[in-house]
Amino acid sequence: MKCRKCGEKASVNMRQHKLALCTQHYLEWVPEQTERFIKKYEMFSHDDQILVAVSGGKDSLSLWDILVRLGYHADGLYVGLGIDAGIGYSAESHRLAEKFADEHRLKLHVLDIEKEYGQPIPVLSEISHRGHGRPCAVCGLTKRHVMNRMARDLGYDVLATGHNLDDEAAVLFGNTLSWSVEYLLRQGPVLPSTEGLARKVKPLCRFYEREMTAYALLRGIEYIYEECPFAEGSTSIYYKEVLNQLENDRPGAKLTFYLRFLEARQGGLFAQSNDAVERLHPCPNCGQPTSAPGLCSFCRLIDKAADQAPLVSNL
Amino acid sequence: MVKLVLRGKEFEVKPGMTLLSSLQKVNILPESVIATRNDEMILEDEVLKDGDVVKLIAVISGG
Repeated sequence: MKCRKCGEKASVNMRQHKLALCTQHYLEWVPEQTERFIKKYEMFSHDDQILVAVSGGKDSLSLWDILVRLGYHADGLYVGLGIDAGIGYSAESHRLAEKFADEHRLKLHVLDIEKEYGQPIPVLSEISHRGHGRPCAVCGLTKRHVMNRMARDLGYDVLATGHNLDDEAAVLFGNTLSWSVEYLLRQGPVLPSTEGLARKVKPLCRFYEREMTAYALLRGIEYIYEECPFAEGSTSIYYKEVLNQLENDRPGAKLTFYLRFLEARQGGLFAQSNDAVERLHPCPNCGQPTSAPGLCSFCRLIDKAADQAPLVSNL
Repeated sequence: MVKLVLRGKEFEVKPGMTLLSSLQKVNILPESVIATRNDEMILEDEVLKDGDVVKLIAVISGG
């Protein structure tokens, strides 16, 4: 297969675009496309201070790399989750995030959940009894809270995450299966800032996961290849596999699914309930919005963890 | 023979097939992997030769 731009041997073939590119032209194409998406969805400008949520994985490190290549002012935020599971998962992902920052002379903020809140994610999960034995629910809740908090406390204009199209399509698939209109309403490349919430953007939301892997490999970005030990058998991975089967038979199916959803949402397919906004209340402890009066889910979790700290230390 | 390696698991296929046919033969979804040979990415139409070792990199992540 030949590169469409120069006729040299292609390294990446994107069937959904009917486009094959060599290494050099692929590494030019990805930032060009990212810039196009940033502008199309009005994510941020070159005057904005961007905080990139960096996990040590291929997507977030690639996002950071692309934004810096495009000339944006982008710092990183690594959240230490304290997941070991016998493979030192968090330690290795932290090392890779630091390595990338050092090599590119970038600023990386680090927030360690155990140091900050007394317990690592797996213990917080046990204490909370959320998530049916998996820490993923508590992990998601915690990351959303602390990323938002850090973006606001440190004065960044926008929080950027490395969600790719497969991530978005899998979430959309799940929410469509259950017709979770409240979630469908909120899904998109940009979540505007509101009282207590930082602006959030997903500049990679139109790239396939396969394309981001290719980008990381071709750019020589060292990322954590091992899957989070708790992600094995997760619903989101199952949905991604189902969608990839569909994509295999019908190239472009994932992209069409997501883009047509965005068009439909913009066209008013999902009506917001009248009291959706009024139902949000600021948490009296952290100030972040919550759906019911009183402490938000995260602050309740931390309170519960503090109450049970003597029990946990005796385990 | 041609060896395909995915997350430490090895599969063997006959030489002379394309990468796409080889992946289909061992029931690996082409969408879910990137293939490299001698540290260079190869595409679906690449014909695999006897002795080739193809490292497959899983692309799916998340939780």
